Amino acid sequence: MTQITKEQVERIADLVHLAVTDEEVAMYQEQLQSVINFANQLSELNTDDVKPTTHVLHEGNVLREDVPKQTITQEEALKNAPDQKDGYFKVPPILE
Amino acid sequence: MSLYGYTIKELENKLKKKEISAAELTEMSLDRIKECEEDVQAFITVDEEGARTQAAKLDELDESERQPLFAIPQAMKDNIVTKGIRTTAGSQILTNFNDPLYDATVVEKLQDAQSVMIGKANLDEFGMGSSTEKSSFHITRNPWNYDYVPGGSSGGSAAAVASGQVMFSLGSDTGGSIRQPAAFCGVVGMKPTYGLVSRYGLISLASSLDHVGPITQTVEDNARVLEVIAGNDSRDSTSANTQVPLYSEGLKEGIKGLKIAVPEEYLGEGVSEEVRESVLNALQMLELLGATWEKISVPHSTYAASAYYIISAAESSTSLARYDGVRFGARAKDAKTVEDMFKQSRSQGFGDEAKLRMMLGTFALSAGNVDTYFKKAQKVRTRIIEEFETIFSQYDLVIGPTTPRHAYKIGEIVDPVTSYANDILTIPSNLAGLPSISVPCGFTDEGLPLGLQIIGKHFDEQTVYQAAYAYEQATNHHKKRPVMGGQ
Repeated sequence: MTQITKEQVERIADLVHLAVTDEEVAMYQEQLQSVINFANQLSELNTDDVKPTTHVLHEGNVLREDVPKQTITQEEALKNAPDQKDGYFKVPPILE
Repeated sequence: MSLYGYTIKELENKLKKKEISAAELTEMSLDRIKECEEDVQAFITVDEEGARTQAAKLDELDESERQPLFAIPQAMKDNIVTKGIRTTAGSQILTNFNDPLYDATVVEKLQDAQSVMIGKANLDEFGMGSSTEKSSFHITRNPWNYDYVPGGSSGGSAAAVASGQVMFSLGSDTGGSIRQPAAFCGVVGMKPTYGLVSRYGLISLASSLDHVGPITQTVEDNARVLEVIAGNDSRDSTSANTQVPLYSEGLKEGIKGLKIAVPEEYLGEGVSEEVRESVLNALQMLELLGATWEKISVPHSTYAASAYYIISAAESSTSLARYDGVRFGARAKDAKTVEDMFKQSRSQGFGDEAKLRMMLGTFALSAGNVDTYFKKAQKVRTRIIEEFETIFSQYDLVIGPTTPRHAYKIGEIVDPVTSYANDILTIPSNLAGLPSISVPCGFTDEGLPLGLQIIGKHFDEQTVYQAAYAYEQATNHHKKRPVMGGQ
């Protein structure tokens, strides 16, 4: 049985870019544990020699000519941005 | 006059005879929203001005220029992008996404067909839920009884149709999110074959499982909307290159000689007596109409929910990675570094269910777990697909209930696993990409609707519709309307 630890929840939250409080860590630990227990029933099924699904319908690759075209303008791209400057997206400092 | 009880075709005739104008039809929809929306709360955004402008333009057109859905009022699930109209996906992280740059392909197609979009319907955040209680804006109530959930995640879309606010709506279905709310609200909901309807402009939850489809009062209306929105789209690389038949013209073919498989697991443990009875009655009716049915077993489908929640969580952890507060969406204030800004924006913007599923997905994809969980789930998915292939080599349709039981009370289910397990009957069709419809098949003693699920072969929407239509026309369930405020 996979046991989910507090440290694991904290590590996963960090990977997902979420800040979590101690109470949230406890809540997600419990919820993740119960969902994973639910998922563990999959191990009952023998799937040796079964290929994992990648596409449900085999349509094959969809290719097109590699011709550049303008889809949106710079102005449009910035229209919904929380912050911008001189035609760029603006973010807080990357280094402290 | 109200929108209840008419089909799109009947309204088309009324419009033709000038008994009603596009503007009047739009006002009927907006009036109905004023009457009952305070209770139902099906919408996140109502675009009164846009709808009126569109209707006025339509009334100017020459009759020869009319398209198939001329003047028909509709609602769009709010995870389908609409140019210049706020699109939130039910999430605080998109609460200020006021100016989307483009229309989804389905929005364009419905515009070309001259329908009138009334507004954007409520949903569980990003489609993660089965009750619309997980919308970060407000809950939606079931028009048949305000104490109950309308289902979800397309709960707003289903409730808007069931309460007569619009003639049809679009929903999206990743694990049952069109069919389950259709069943709970007593309307018709279709999840087509994977790839039949373009996903361009559908805010993705889990790309290999997401589908767009119509919710309507009747099967005929449903077929009419699907034939408009279906078709190949170069902007969606998973879009199928297939001819779209006019489903609505083949509805009356009948079902004589059709062979139906009924999985015993779909009527087994966990399925309520009322649901079981209504499905058995429906099968009896289908038999009277000339079809035959047999019980079969689908042992692998009982694992569908476990496989589904791993796969969908893994895919959604990827889909939701784009929300970082940089290019669009909400950004946390006062963050000192960009790293801190990502974390704060995402922590404030996402709800609990979205966070849980992103963490589950990241766990299932991480080194050491990917074989045990993600790959294992995809192997089980292959098994489920093969199981359906075997069934469909011998049968034309698979039939069962849409849900194990009727709608539950608001606040009744809080535990994620209980909620996930309730999706067991709708999930297999998403894993296998099969066309599946929910049609009303009766009511509980308390008067809550129940849904019959009809599943067909890939791209055989036509047979699914024929069976649904034959059944609907032989029964009266679809004629019953909820008794609610404002009537």
